[in-house]
Amino acid sequence: MEVSKLPISATQRGKLISAGYTSLSSICSASSSDISRGTQTAWDMLQEEQESLARITTSCADLDNILGGGIGCREVTEIGGVPGIGKTQLGIQLAINVQIPVEFGGLGGKAIYIDTEGSFMVERALQIAGACVEDMLEYTRFLRNDCQVKTQPKDILENIFYFRICSYTEQSAVINYLDKFVSEHKDVKVVIIDSIAFHFRHGFVDLALRTRVLSGIALKLMNLAKKFSLAVVLLNQVTTKYTEGSFQLCLALGFRKVKRMISPSPWEMLLGSQLRFPLEVKSSYLPKTVRSTLTNLAKFIIIFIT
Amino acid sequence: MANKLISEMRLPKSIANIFAARNITTAKASEFLLKFHSKLELMKLLDVELSEVRSALALMSEIVCPPYQTALLLMEQRAATEHLGGHLPTRLKGLDAALCGGVPFGVVTELVGPPGTGKTQFCLKLSLLAALPAHYGGLDGGVIYIDVESTFSSRRMIEMGASSFPEIFHSKGMAQEMAGRILVLQPTSLSEFTESLEKIKVSLLQNQVKLLVIDSMAALVPGSLAEFSRIPIVVTNQVRPQSHDESCLYPFQVPKMDRILKDRTRYYSHIVAVLGFHWAHAVTIRLVLEAKSGQRFMKVEKSPTSPPLAFPFTINPSGISLLTDDGTEMAAVTSLKAVKNCIDQF
Repeated sequence: MEVSKLPISATQRGKLISAGYTSLSSICSASSSDISRGTQTAWDMLQEEQESLARITTSCADLDNILGGGIGCREVTEIGGVPGIGKTQLGIQLAINVQIPVEFGGLGGKAIYIDTEGSFMVERALQIAGACVEDMLEYTRFLRNDCQVKTQPKDILENIFYFRICSYTEQSAVINYLDKFVSEHKDVKVVIIDSIAFHFRHGFVDLALRTRVLSGIALKLMNLAKKFSLAVVLLNQVTTKYTEGSFQLCLALGFRKVKRMISPSPWEMLLGSQLRFPLEVKSSYLPKTVRSTLTNLAKFIIIFIT
Repeated sequence: MANKLISEMRLPKSIANIFAARNITTAKASEFLLKFHSKLELMKLLDVELSEVRSALALMSEIVCPPYQTALLLMEQRAATEHLGGHLPTRLKGLDAALCGGVPFGVVTELVGPPGTGKTQFCLKLSLLAALPAHYGGLDGGVIYIDVESTFSSRRMIEMGASSFPEIFHSKGMAQEMAGRILVLQPTSLSEFTESLEKIKVSLLQNQVKLLVIDSMAALVPGSLAEFSRIPIVVTNQVRPQSHDESCLYPFQVPKMDRILKDRTRYYSHIVAVLGFHWAHAVTIRLVLEAKSGQRFMKVEKSPTSPPLAFPFTINPSGISLLTDDGTEMAAVTSLKAVKNCIDQF
């Protein structure tokens, strides 16, 4: 008997078919471990994590500490903040830091930068790339080791793939396309989307559709992060929300809620303005108390500005 | 790309035939990518295998997705094709340095400030600079100036021109030519304003327009307008005081000035722009003009290329001039408290 004729709901039917079970007999012969394909024991996961403990430094020791060493590969990271706080700076910085060669403790990967707001500035990227190369030179001098710095700021810029997205359809399309693009460019180690919210915040009438599309995007990105073992960084805007009698800052699009439900280990932070320190960090493996330990993040400012 | 019709997308024959058989050749790709996010729905509609649906969607996505560029290519291309490396110099040394050469092409730059701080002066000067011939460092192009507040003064503009570029403006006919390049639109209502924004799209291409100024902003200009035409867009925005905070400064509240001066962050953040966060996210560069006890300050509050800097400036016959080219770095963009207060006030 065909699965398509079974009296079960369309979603379940679809799931069975997409898993490759088209007839009843094929389901009967499958064992339970076959059906629960894709599972992994917690121990295996731990091993895997320890082996591929690849993290991208943010160039800020304190921030790295909070994040457990930097932005993690195989994870979706969301960064929110008020306008002008430095989200784009952090984005450009990560696109460059991911290229630090393995000899220097980096990943030696490439970056995809998806720009929806048009705020990516090549001039600024060149400045940061120059500073990064200088840092590496200094590191070589300091350790007097044999590592040769061959990288030029221009090479760094060459390894940033820049997509300029002008509508939400294009954004949806680029996220579908990423899978193919990354499989053609295997050394991409970070995907930065600046910002995920921009196009979805105006001109979108059907809010139910918006939620569906955004959930779909979030799922695809998590999939991408796992499949190619790369870091996905989403920059998000903030908006205000009325709770308990006062207005609070919160991330736009309620993206946070989406993530909380579906993602196993993302964390997010809200860059506060006064000291530019993360106000709020959400993660399944980092302690909640980091906020109070953060007193000296002035360094953060210096690194991103100079 | 997003609005391409299915029939124009050059999908492989097998897939194109399925679409054609169901008579959906005129649907827009955008509708498909959004509505059929769940592949099963599309499966139902087309009555084909999942794998085919998957490949059709992947292809469509690839076609709709704009091509990528490497950052290096982007830089080289801009240097080669765009005048002055894609920046309109403001002729204010410190500001130009902070912005990597001037107001960038292709992004929205916002000026925020209370009345009488020089927003319009700045806009007039920029329009003039964009209209100047290339060998004087201008863009040699037309300017569209949307004047919502009716503050545009051509006399003041000619005065600025005459005192900053006497050699051009005193030669015969040049003043007329320069001023002739600046088209002023004075919409009186919001609908008229949005309408003129739509019309601009067309005239941007026809008239060799090199700068768009909107004084002052009342609705969202889609950033895509800037991207589409690769010209600088300058908008101005009004402010409202934050009366909630006791340190809110009106001239008659001078006694508290001492205390506030010690607290730099507060001193810098007692006013907020009228359009909220949503708008602020949409602009790429935000310059804030402020006047404090007779001294005017220009602050680079949001910019992807510069730290938050403040420059003291004056206004003289030739327009705005900075008193010092080394800006003082501000402690923070806007203090968190200011943000909170501004939120509480809504």
